[in-house]
Amino acid sequence: MGRINPITERRGLRAGLIAASLLYILLFLVLPVVTVFTEALGKGFGGYFTAINDPAARSAIKLTLLTAAIAVPFNMAFGIAASWAIAKFEFRGKSVLITLIDLPFSVSPVISGLIYVLLFGAQGILGPWLAEHDIQIVFAVPGIVLATIFVTFPFVARELIPLMQEQGTEEEEAARSLGADGWQTFWRVTLPNIRWGLLYGVLLCNARAMGEFGAVSVVSGKIRGLTNTMPLHVEILYNEYNIVAAFAVASLLAFLALVTLVAKGVLEWAYGHELGGARA
Amino acid sequence: MSSAASQRSWLTPSVVPGFGMTMGFTLVYLSLIVLLPLAALVVRAGGLGWDQFVAVVTAPRAVAAYRLSFGAAFIAAAINIVFGVLVAWVLVRYRFPFKRLVDGLVDLPFALPTAVAGIALATLFSKNGWIGSVVEPLGLKVAFTPLGVMVALVFIGLPFVVRTVQPVLQDLDKEVEEAAASLGADRFQTFRHVILPSILPAAVTGFALAFARAIGEYGSVIFIAGNLPMKSEIVPLLIIIKLEQFDYRGAAAIGAAMLAASFVLLLVINMLQRWSRQRMGG
Repeated sequence: MGRINPITERRGLRAGLIAASLLYILLFLVLPVVTVFTEALGKGFGGYFTAINDPAARSAIKLTLLTAAIAVPFNMAFGIAASWAIAKFEFRGKSVLITLIDLPFSVSPVISGLIYVLLFGAQGILGPWLAEHDIQIVFAVPGIVLATIFVTFPFVARELIPLMQEQGTEEEEAARSLGADGWQTFWRVTLPNIRWGLLYGVLLCNARAMGEFGAVSVVSGKIRGLTNTMPLHVEILYNEYNIVAAFAVASLLAFLALVTLVAKGVLEWAYGHELGGARA
Repeated sequence: MSSAASQRSWLTPSVVPGFGMTMGFTLVYLSLIVLLPLAALVVRAGGLGWDQFVAVVTAPRAVAAYRLSFGAAFIAAAINIVFGVLVAWVLVRYRFPFKRLVDGLVDLPFALPTAVAGIALATLFSKNGWIGSVVEPLGLKVAFTPLGVMVALVFIGLPFVVRTVQPVLQDLDKEVEEAAASLGADRFQTFRHVILPSILPAAVTGFALAFARAIGEYGSVIFIAGNLPMKSEIVPLLIIIKLEQFDYRGAAAIGAAMLAASFVLLLVINMLQRWSRQRMGG
């Protein structure tokens, strides 16, 4: 006692800094999540389940699941292909390509939706041609899927690129020299090496795909029971002052977010060294 | 293969297969999903002609929206740089109960859908909400004011500074701090002259990331903002309103202006990240 450790703070200051941090986290992170669940149960479990069982809510849940089920595998395939090309080979223009892949993260969600309306909408560049052939993309499910693919575009690629760069090409070269063909090399050597990083990227991609609001809001047209995803349904219910139902549907999304965070934490804790970058 | 030939080639030869297929798929997919649609926006905005484009982009309602979006994003990012450094510091240096839980919770704004955050914040800060009922009698009206926009942007920007500063603090050499202390520096001087300069590039990078995210944010803002033209209307909402009025060109023009701002920020962020890495000696 008595001797002050030269590289830490006095006890009182330490406690003060911890308290300030926790208060900040409490106000901005904990209270919003708690609000979602308490408001959702505002009329008890009966009201909660009635809200979730509503046909419009169920069709929104179905559309959200469908959208993620298309968008996530597409971006997963892209992420694997892009990281293979970028990490296993040396070529000029690589850093430009990486910047372009990250581009959707810098674009406002509303603009992510807007670009598809300008391309495929009735007044869009391809609008007249699409109308002639009776193909509807905007204000229909294909538009929702496209906008979701756009906003979740970089997730898998940006997890896999640093990971595969760290792993280098030695194991693939060894597999080749032992007579494995390209696909065998991928399935038996590369994929097992990147599986946890891949799962990590897919997890984040899926959370965003199911929760995307701005981009989908622009392209959807919000036709109840047809082009309404869960986040859009939350908005409609909330604007109709159907607060319990809005928060009931929102609570499913909040639950998904919490599960995603837990799964992400478990992956970082158990396989941090296999995730690449600074994920450990 | 002669070395001259391999120097001329843009691709270094490798025994690993699959370059053509994976690169082909990457470029086609990138072009179809990202590049062509973004080009459509530029083409559509360009269709206005320069004078009209400038007129749309500098209309008073648009300028008011930029001021709100950029101003609130800046203040929110400034709040997050202070509290972000604080949270990162506490998470790296101190031990306290539920630390892992708090650490994991920091990523919540990345995982929680924006619409969910939006209605939760609007409810919390409304007149009868848990926070609103406390601060509103003090004269602080948050919900349905520009202050509400800022609160939502603080929420969505919260993880950025924490996550950029945290690894830098972790790698910081404690011997330097011991040296400063043995030379007679008190704790504050050590922080100000030794620690702060090392974490500054990372903190500024986090600030820029949070700012860039905040100017385009839509879902978490619109429920708490009030959305009055000239007063509490953010730029993304103005774009949506123009679309709903079938003013596609106006929407495209403002979208293109915002896109240009995002690209400039992206360049700045890339430069900041390079600066960060140089400081870290990596």
